[in-house]
Amino acid sequence: MLTWILRRVLAVVPVLFGVTLAVFSMLFLVPGDPVKMMLAEFVTNPDQVAQMRAQLHLDEPILQQYGRFVANAARGDLGTSIRSRRPVITEIGENVASTAQLAVAAMLVAVGVGVPLGLLAALSRNSWLDVASMGTALLGVSMPSFWLGLLLIFVFSLHLTWFPATGGGDLRHLILPSITLGTIAAAIIARLTRSSMLEVLGQDYVRTARAKGLGGFSVVVRHALKNALIPIITIFGLQFGNLLAGAVIVETVFSRPGLGRLIVGGILSKDFPLVQGTVLFVATVYVLINLLVDVAYAYADPRIRLGRA
Amino acid sequence: MRDASLARRLVRHRGALVGLLILGALVLMAIAAPWLSPRDPIKTAPRTALRPPGATYWLGSDQLGRDVASRVLHGARISLTVGLIAVSIAVAIGTPVGLVSGFYGGRLDAFIMRVIDVLLAFPGILLALAIVSVLTPGLTNVMIAVGLSAVPTYARLVRGSVLSARENLYVEAARALGSRDPSILVRYILPNVVAPLVVTATLGLGTAILAAAALSFLGLGSQPPLPEWGRMLSEGRDYLREAWWISTFPGLGIMLTVLAMNLLGDGLRDVLDPRLKP
Repeated sequence: MLTWILRRVLAVVPVLFGVTLAVFSMLFLVPGDPVKMMLAEFVTNPDQVAQMRAQLHLDEPILQQYGRFVANAARGDLGTSIRSRRPVITEIGENVASTAQLAVAAMLVAVGVGVPLGLLAALSRNSWLDVASMGTALLGVSMPSFWLGLLLIFVFSLHLTWFPATGGGDLRHLILPSITLGTIAAAIIARLTRSSMLEVLGQDYVRTARAKGLGGFSVVVRHALKNALIPIITIFGLQFGNLLAGAVIVETVFSRPGLGRLIVGGILSKDFPLVQGTVLFVATVYVLINLLVDVAYAYADPRIRLGRA
Repeated sequence: MRDASLARRLVRHRGALVGLLILGALVLMAIAAPWLSPRDPIKTAPRTALRPPGATYWLGSDQLGRDVASRVLHGARISLTVGLIAVSIAVAIGTPVGLVSGFYGGRLDAFIMRVIDVLLAFPGILLALAIVSVLTPGLTNVMIAVGLSAVPTYARLVRGSVLSARENLYVEAARALGSRDPSILVRYILPNVVAPLVVTATLGLGTAILAAAALSFLGLGSQPPLPEWGRMLSEGRDYLREAWWISTFPGLGIMLTVLAMNLLGDGLRDVLDPRLKP
């Protein structure tokens, strides 16, 4: 088990290096001169261009630049925003809590709705309940989050005035955005739970449990669901990443502060260090969460935990 | 013969049939948009702004007096084209990369897979966002960004299919008979890849349309006055209270398109390759 975890942790290192390399290269893939692009709106004065070049260390050899980028990033220094002139890490620090809150709340919605819905469909296979739950899930998968968000604002904020339409802060601000963001993940989890459950329900050990005379609830929860959840844990990490990325859209719909709006604002104002830093941060968090999920998965699956696989 | 039975099986699949019907209607709308549209989708008429849906304006008019119905019809053109081009880019790059990686294996494969692992470390729309930020916003760049960000998915899928196809006896036989690698790849390996590729590309078309609309919604894609669904939604956002129809109908358009692709993709998977069923 320990060697397995260690091997998994070591496998993450090259990926993280690759991520830094990809994010670092962004500046060099810009068609034309990135400095001129960033400065375009303000100045074309050669002195200022040179100053900016020096500030971004673009006058150094490229390998040295990359080394500096990685070393700085490892120390938590992600550069300075061009527009606000503040450290990127400070900007991230101010916004990360809001996005984390949204992603976690959305995950609760996704699991809280998705697992029961999939369970219901699997247990009533081919009945109208199954068709209705899977139909709902299909609609959920096809729903653009930015549209769902606007529909929720229209009904629950503008008409019923139950929740505020925009902004961040207390719990009331969190409800509509987390439903919006969690819906697609809920639909994916529901579909997966159903198929995973159906597979497990057909297994011999479930039949044995039934034959032993165990009640329906005990068979479903203790024998079937426990095993059916294993593949769902794997998708958890993947979905969490999608939620982090999806926050970009939902935060814009609800004018909610967060990392997503930071990135979009950075792209629109050509603030490259800000975009690079935030993208690097989100990707790193995503990689680390997937690592945690893998470890949890190994722990949940006795075949890996006991070192037989 | 096989194609005929495939079409028949697809039509018998209830979900796929519904998907095909919706998609057919959307394609017709997209092709016939200039003739079906009651008005010019771009010409503004401030005096008739924010009219609710009715006899004159079927789906209402927007904040600049433009006919929402005409804009939604033309939007179908843009969304379907954008999705198709993005998926084509992804398939055109992902397929050869996956083929070569899976067929030759070794160091090349290891290298390609590491690159793909890195690209997959950028979740969801984040990779497309990063690419747009490099290429600068605009509808063409959105197509490229959405297409490129899907390349890892296709490369991985194709590689997986190649790895199993390459072990087949007929591949060995072809090699024994003196076939060269390119010919083996195209004649014996590629056909094994087609079924999963078609299924994934169909589902991927929905995802691509959704991603492109999302980027336009964020202001990074199509620019006004183009009647693009994502952009129309974001423009309608400010008028939600007084004119719900501006954002509702383009949103419905996106959802129906993605729903059709999902239904069709699920149906194709059941018909072409039931093993792929999750």
